[in-house]
Amino acid sequence: MKKNHFALKIGALFALCLVVVVVFLTYNTYGNWDFALKLRGKKILAFIFVALATSVSTIAFQTITRNQFLTPGILGLDNLYIMIQTLLFFFVGGIKMLSQESIWMFIANVGLMTILSVLFISFFMDKVTGNLFLLLMVGMISGTLFSSISTFIQVLMDPNEYDLLQGRLFASFSNVNSNYLMVAAAIIIVSVVVLWFVAPELDIMHIGRDHAVNLGISVNRLQTLCLFCISLLTGTATALVGPTVFLGFIVVTISYRLFATYQHKKLFIGSFLLGILLLVGGQFLVEQIFQWSTTISTVIQFVGGIFFLGKILSERKKV
Amino acid sequence: MRKVWLFLSLLLLAIVSLFVGVHQVSLYGLMNGDETQWMLLLKTRIPRTISLILAGGMLSVCGKIMQHLMQNRFVSAGTIGMMDSARLGILLVMLLFPNGSILLRAGVAFIFAYIGVLLFLNLSRILPKGDPMILPLTGVMFGNIIGAVASFFAYQFQLVQNLSSWLQGNFATVMEGSYELIYITVPVFIILYLLAYQMTIAGLGEELATNLGMNYQLLQFIVFALVALGSSAVLIMVGNIPFLGVVIPNLVSLFYGDHLKNTMSVTVIFGSIFLLICDILSRVLIAPYEIPVSVVVGMIGGALFLFLLIRRRKG
Repeated sequence: MKKNHFALKIGALFALCLVVVVVFLTYNTYGNWDFALKLRGKKILAFIFVALATSVSTIAFQTITRNQFLTPGILGLDNLYIMIQTLLFFFVGGIKMLSQESIWMFIANVGLMTILSVLFISFFMDKVTGNLFLLLMVGMISGTLFSSISTFIQVLMDPNEYDLLQGRLFASFSNVNSNYLMVAAAIIIVSVVVLWFVAPELDIMHIGRDHAVNLGISVNRLQTLCLFCISLLTGTATALVGPTVFLGFIVVTISYRLFATYQHKKLFIGSFLLGILLLVGGQFLVEQIFQWSTTISTVIQFVGGIFFLGKILSERKKV
Repeated sequence: MRKVWLFLSLLLLAIVSLFVGVHQVSLYGLMNGDETQWMLLLKTRIPRTISLILAGGMLSVCGKIMQHLMQNRFVSAGTIGMMDSARLGILLVMLLFPNGSILLRAGVAFIFAYIGVLLFLNLSRILPKGDPMILPLTGVMFGNIIGAVASFFAYQFQLVQNLSSWLQGNFATVMEGSYELIYITVPVFIILYLLAYQMTIAGLGEELATNLGMNYQLLQFIVFALVALGSSAVLIMVGNIPFLGVVIPNLVSLFYGDHLKNTMSVTVIFGSIFLLICDILSRVLIAPYEIPVSVVVGMIGGALFLFLLIRRRKG
């Protein structure tokens, strides 16, 4: 391995992010500075927090599951969110739902998702061996259950109501509520700080569970803590902008390649910057170049799919 | 002897299934030559029951064969991205040939399902061989990604609701003249049955099977093509039915062991029985309306799946 110019790469990334952010804020403002900055500034903040939440949670998740093909999406939280929203829209009505968005609604949403994951973790994580796979399977099965309920309700829906619901279910950064943003930011920052502090322990997880135990790490406690933070991060990001399944996957896949390091602190920073670049750049393209013909989340999904297949093929060559 | 009982209960359930529904069909009415009742029986009830039996059996046996060949208890058409790939194919046909025939849809769905399986087989070779759950979890992830690409197109062309309603497992729309494609499963059953012996050996693993003089690769290609064909036919005709392909084979192996050739027919019958029961429930629970059978299967199958998982862990 050649010398890895980590600082140089991070510096370059940071500069790129700055450029993209500045361009995003100032492109085509037609002289309405105040208005444009207010509107776009809010979006930029949302992007930054979502990038932070998804990238950090995905890296931590892949380390504790030791599988670089998984993302926290497998826990079924997205499907739970979709089910909650679908039920609310069906029983309360779309117009009403969109007109009365209170902060309590948001907190309740995040709370519900987190409580469910905590229950799962405490029930299904093997206390003795710390095996996570049963937990993941349970998450996946529940996810399928949730989604079959959602599908059933969505098919019954009035198509107009369904259109309103779709706006909510496809990740959208165009109308992030700034009240939510504060609460979401607080939750995300706290969770990320916790993960940052256990990063050295996560580094050791790379050499395998048994070695980590021998080196004096209480692996079960670490896993529980990480999973809790991951659920909080995923739940908050989902409730803030809707399901963004593959953003994390794309970002961390590039990060592993680009930084070629096992150190989580470096990976966290690098993938966070990449996430900003991808989201802001993507949004810029969608808004200004494609002129709203599509949403950023579908672009991300599409790119994510291509990445996943690419990863399969490239890993295959290594074997 | 036990197989006889199984077969009898299948017959009994099939008869019950014929006489359950909104409109009354009774033996008495049929004897008296009531014309509406005869029409109902011939046009919707019999096709529906036949589809249920064939679809349940097909999904169940396909799951069994995949689990056997991949040496993993938790894989099935739904957990390795095959169904998602087929769905992507169907969507593309909807977009490019809105008036395309059902055969075209089925053909494209089959091709996509087959490509999906082959891709996943490649993926499964590079995954760490640790826990048996790694394979299905990665498969679901793979399926999600294929699904995301599909929903990208669906969203672009306002087809989301259309597609999801069309692919939700539901036997309410089965009637004479629109369900005959399900008969494709019959030759698939027969060929699979003829290959049962080879598949039993192939399940011992590639090396051993090759040493015994078998062309393992060729068998894999043929068998997965058949599985893709059967599964996509079921998907097109009745929609997506979760968990069945995982749960039923595992239940069968609890009672009858794991020998593929000997348990194949039992697996088929079990699958049919399970789907018949779920469909009768879906018609009875909120009569005169119907719950889509996929929701009922999702609930019962999900619960059974969890039970099997926890039981295995304890064992």
